[in-house]
Parts: sequence; structure tokens; C-alpha cells
Amino acid sequence: MTTPRSPSTAIDPPKESGLAWGASARRPISDPALIELRDVTVRFRDVRALDAVTLDVRTGERVALLGSNGSGKTTLLRVLHGLQRCEGERVLHVATKQAMVFQRPFLLRLSVWANMMIALWLAKVPAGERADLAHAALHRVGIADLRDRPARVLSLGQQQRLALARAWAVRPRLLFLDEPTASLDPGAKREVEALIEEFAAEGMTVVMSTHNLGQAKRLASRVVYLEGGRLIVDLPTDHFFNDRLPEEAALFLKGELHWT
Amino acid sequence: MSAFGESVSTAANLIASADPALMRIVALSLSVSGSACLFAAGFGLFGGAGLAVARFRGYRILVLLLNTLLALPSVVVGLVVYLLLSRSGPLGSLGILFTPTAMVIAQTILVLPVVAALTRQLVADALRGSGDQLRSMGAGPLTRALLMLVHERWAVLLVLLAAFGRAIAEVGAVMIVGGNIDGVTRVMTTTIALETSKGDLPLALALGLVLLLVVALINALIALVQSLQKGSAVR
Repeated sequence: MTTPRSPSTAIDPPKESGLAWGASARRPISDPALIELRDVTVRFRDVRALDAVTLDVRTGERVALLGSNGSGKTTLLRVLHGLQRCEGERVLHVATKQAMVFQRPFLLRLSVWANMMIALWLAKVPAGERADLAHAALHRVGIADLRDRPARVLSLGQQQRLALARAWAVRPRLLFLDEPTASLDPGAKREVEALIEEFAAEGMTVVMSTHNLGQAKRLASRVVYLEGGRLIVDLPTDHFFNDRLPEEAALFLKGELHWT
Repeated sequence: MSAFGESVSTAANLIASADPALMRIVALSLSVSGSACLFAAGFGLFGGAGLAVARFRGYRILVLLLNTLLALPSVVVGLVVYLLLSRSGPLGSLGILFTPTAMVIAQTILVLPVVAALTRQLVADALRGSGDQLRSMGAGPLTRALLMLVHERWAVLLVLLAAFGRAIAEVGAVMIVGGNIDGVTRVMTTTIALETSKGDLPLALALGLVLLLVVALINALIALVQSLQKGSAVR
């Protein structure tokens, strides 16, 4: 992986950790890369939402994408998931089954159960297996007793759990989460975080965008910091929170980053 | 009693006594317009949904054309269908001019753009907020569009009710292709036109009242659908 371009190059990388901010040495190289981006740029008219980002995601990682509003976190997630066209190279190394959970999950105006069954149908799960998988997934996220309720009458926390159940049911190797707890109250936030942690513990590779530093600290094994569409820092979580960082990232950690 | 008052009284009697001629006319009107809406729904819902996700050269022009057809004059539709079905026309051999079938065809053509254009807009708007999530789950363009028809089913029903309202209230097309033949192709609107021209105001007014009643019923249905839709929107 290439070290991100300026302004991070304006300051020397931290000597004490022995890691560059690009952090090519952050994990055992033996872990296979599931997905790689090379020099990926996304433009929306004159705006560069992503600017020459190079990144790989390896099996078993829990990657948190951090950055202020408009830094490119969601665009990066969408590129990784294949929802966003980009310039540059996106390599999916194996036929990796992926799923994505959005900040405000879209649920059809149908029952919880129907939403599950449609998700499994869309994922091309054989008809005979759908009911068992749907039941197991609802049970897994703790909303099996709500299966006959209209999905849209659920609380936001329950809706997010349903979205996680939908994702989990298709057994993805790679799970993308776009600010999955942003609109939830603290209780629902804890429940959703616990589920994400459990999914990751089962071996699912997780890439999530978040504003929440505490959440990144709790859930992630690696933090990628973006600003203005550029990848500024890519470090293991411990190093991100303890080492000296480039000015933008340090200001973000202190909560002093100016609005963009 | 004034002429108007007398007309209203006669109209009320006709309705109250379920006059057989009146009932036959009402039944034919409902059957012709209902069938036309059914056919228009079959083509228009899927066509409109498909158009919402389709992208091809000339797409914008097609949408513009479709939206323009919302204001299609019924007499123009009647004239075109008449030319097609008349003895010397390309479909003259079918021999269906001046039959209820011809009226159904004309009204289908009349309301098809209504169903297709409104469905296209409805599905396109709905997909704006959800398309990526459905894509992420593996849904192709057509599947996304069809799922939106299910998701927005109350609004779809509203579209169909609007189409029915346009069909049952039009007079130009059915007059031209139906011929207003007593007991065969005479519907509410054509009878009103005929009886008014003959000066038989009571029957014309009675039919007018029934037509208003049907439209009021449609409006009540629309209001019901809207309240259901509002209920599900807050969910």
C-alpha cells in the first residue's frame, strides 16, 4: 500500500511505533486481501469525493473509516461495495459475498418476515432454505417475536437490527456498515454495537464508517482517517489513538477540526 | 316547481326506483371504464415501472412524450380508434366498431398514459431513496422497480383510481367509437349529452347525479387510500 500523499508527508511519521501513517506493516501479510483499491478517484462534477485512495481490506479485519462530514467515508464504502463507479482500480480478490447496512435502512412496507424473505430471495438463497435462515437471523438479532409486525412500525434500533439480520442471513464474508448507529439512542447503539462485535467475532470482515471515536476504539482493529477525499492515516487502532498523527487527524481527535 | 327543481325530483325518482334503463347505462359505463383501467393497469404499471429504471438514447424524449399524453384529448383518441376500426381502416375486418369492445380500446388508450406516466414518476421518486440499498441486496433494475410497486401499492392504487376517474367521465372517445346506440353502447356521459340535446333534462340530470355519485365514491376511495398511505408513511 502506498503512503498517502501530502499533507501527511509534511510531517515525519512517528518513529516510536515504527509504523508509517500508511501502515503497510500494520498486520500479518499472510492475511489474504479480500478487496483492494488502487488510486481510486471519485468525482461528482467538480468535486473530488475521493482523491487517489489506495486501500486494501484483509480477511478478519475490522476497519473503521473516520473523518468529518464530507470527508469521503460513505463514498469510500460505496466504492468498496461496488455501488459507486470510480476511476482507478477496484479488485475483488475472491468471489466474496458482501452485504451493506445503511445509516437509515430501507425497509419495504411489508412485515418483518416478508422483508427477510425478500432479502434472501434477492441474495438467490434457494427457496427451501429461506425460512430457516430468516428465522435464525431474526432470532440472532433478538427480534424473532416481531416477525409479523410491519417493518416500518419498529423503533429505529429494531429497524437497524432487522437490517443487520438481513445482512447476516446471507452470510457475507465482508460486511459494510455506513454509520450504523448514527441515529440511535444510547441503548439501541449499545445493542447494535454488540451485534457488530459478535458478527466480527464469528469471522466476518467488517468495514464501517463512523463519526464516533469511542465506537472506532471499541470495535475496530484498524482506523482509516479521511479528509477532503484523501486518505490521511491508515493505522492499527492502538496506534491511531496513541501515536503522533498528522495535524488534521490530531485536530479531529481533539474535536477541533474546522467545518468543511 | 321550477324546471330545475322538477328535473331534480325526476332524477331522484329514477335513482330511487332503480330505473332499468338507467341501471343498464350505469352498468355498461362501469364495465367499459373498469375494463379499460384493468388493461391500462396491466400495461401501464409494468411499462411505467420499467421506464423508471430504463436508460437509453431518447429516454428523455420518450418521458416528455408520455407526460404530454397525459393531456391527450379524448376526441382525438376516439377519432384515431375510429379510423383504425372503420370498415376501410387497417383493423376494419375485426368488425368491432360501435361495440363496447371498441369503447374499451379507446378508453384504454386514453388512460394508459395516465397510468404509465404517474407510475414512472412514482417509482423513480421511490427509488431515489432506496435504489442503492436494493442494489446492494442484489436486486437488478427491473426487480427494484417491481419491488417499488409493492412498496408504494397505496399510491399505485391512487393512480388507478385517477385513471378510472378520467375514463368514466370522458365523453368524446366513447361517443365516436361507440356511436351511442341505445342498449348497446350508450353510457352515462353519452346519454347525458344526447338527452340534453333532446331537451329531456330529468334523465340527463339523473345520469349526471349518478355520475357525480360514482366520482364521489372514487374520491372517497382516494381519501381512504390517502389516509392509509399516510398511516404507513409515518411507520
